[in-house]
Amino acid sequence: MTAAAALERAYRDERAAVLATLTRHVGGDLGLAEDAVQDAFAEAAAQWPERGVPDRPGAWLTVTARRRAIDRLRRERAMDDRLRHLVRLDSDTPSPDEDPDGASALADDRLRMIFTCCHPALAPEARIALTLRTLGGLTTPELARAFLVREATMQQRVVRAKRKIAVAGIPYRVPPDEQLPDRLGGVLRVVYLIFNEGHTATTGPDLVRAGLCDEALRLARLVAELMPDEPEALGLLALLLLVDARRAARTDDGGSFVALEHQDRTRWDAARIEEGLAVLDRAVRLRRPGSYQLQAAIAALHAEAPTFADTDWRQIAALYARLAELEPSPVVAINRAVAVAQADGPQDGLAILDALAADPRLDRYQPLHAARAELLRRTGDAAAARAAYERAIALTANEREREELERRLSAT
Amino acid sequence: MKYMLLLYSAPGAAPDPETPEGQANRKAWLSLTDEMDAAGILLGGDALQPHTTATTLRVRDGETLLTDGPFAETKETLAGFYLLDVADLDAATAWAARMPIAPYGSVELRPVLEIARP
Repeated sequence: MTAAAALERAYRDERAAVLATLTRHVGGDLGLAEDAVQDAFAEAAAQWPERGVPDRPGAWLTVTARRRAIDRLRRERAMDDRLRHLVRLDSDTPSPDEDPDGASALADDRLRMIFTCCHPALAPEARIALTLRTLGGLTTPELARAFLVREATMQQRVVRAKRKIAVAGIPYRVPPDEQLPDRLGGVLRVVYLIFNEGHTATTGPDLVRAGLCDEALRLARLVAELMPDEPEALGLLALLLLVDARRAARTDDGGSFVALEHQDRTRWDAARIEEGLAVLDRAVRLRRPGSYQLQAAIAALHAEAPTFADTDWRQIAALYARLAELEPSPVVAINRAVAVAQADGPQDGLAILDALAADPRLDRYQPLHAARAELLRRTGDAAAARAAYERAIALTANEREREELERRLSAT
Repeated sequence: MKYMLLLYSAPGAAPDPETPEGQANRKAWLSLTDEMDAAGILLGGDALQPHTTATTLRVRDGETLLTDGPFAETKETLAGFYLLDVADLDAATAWAARMPIAPYGSVELRPVLEIARP
């Protein structure tokens, strides 16, 4: 392998682990660690072509980054606690030949990194940005494009979050057992939101946004691998695999959105589905149900159904009912109504939606009107259906979705 | 690390001290304060008189200006404070979550900017 190829591979495969380990070595100062890791890669780019690629590039990079961190601290030694880290770094910098950290230490460092980046004291959008940056290796310009904000805005978001971690004393560690359920929920939420950003990005030919799905999958795999006994971590991975399996079928050749009902199921990714089902199986066997497992179970029923009509809607409606108990939300209620309508007829589904529509807070909630329109059409009440479609269209911002609703309106 | 915990609540949100709930609230404050003291993390803290007794001072162009009350009208006002010395933010929030004000008010946690004095 050429030095350039080795460097590229190290950047892709080892950067996150090197960064996570170094962050621990410098006492959780993420900004310093990022700078030092960048230095180490620059040094590798200069040295490897001449002196050859080291046997263990990850270990070489970690040791080099540690030295660069010491250099940086020496240059700007201003604060007492930084000096303390400096002394510690000096005393335990090993030679590149020694294995500085075993495999389990590396895994622990990446867990620390995830929990720190997803700390609830950080703003939600900062958690997402930091996680993608440190563990996914996305650059600030890439993040800005992915989240449709200006580069300066994203830069400021990241800088502020890193500063808060250092100044507010957000610890660089995996939370103790009593806080773990809450904090793991926060981590899984971040991964879920990253996936959703990519998944709902149907506007424009923006590959970066679709790439967020891949990043989310990678992160979900990492968390599930690091915490194999946490059923919700497995549940989230299963959910993402099963939903992502439909990716190719979600848009037609012209790039328009295709609803589940009309998707070509032969275009679903069979390998992804198989993996998703296997992961879900492992989750369920741990016998601690949760909302990601329930959502994955629903996705699994869709994945296993030969056609939209031949889907086990009764079972799906029952799973949505359980999900509504765990996490009551309008989205879950609407999905349940749609499943009930498939299982027992549109009238039964409408009854659920009408109960929702009585809540004035949902007056401007587009999905409710879109779902009502669809069920009203199926009951044969064309006038009421048209009114609901018009209401839904007026509330739709997404161009493709509006086209679809207008198509349905004109067919009603 | 040192944290200033600023305790906020809306006027009238705390239970009336003359009621059994008020007595229980007072007891809860005292026992939590004792516990923090015993843990060796308590550097200081007190309840404050209502914000209607506050005075705000500014010096502008060399002139000292006093105004009655806090500058901004806000729903929640500063009701008390603690100064704690704990390991990190997680430790500080764990204590804050147990403060009787948390269910009806809020706790702002601010890391102390320690300025070295020669």
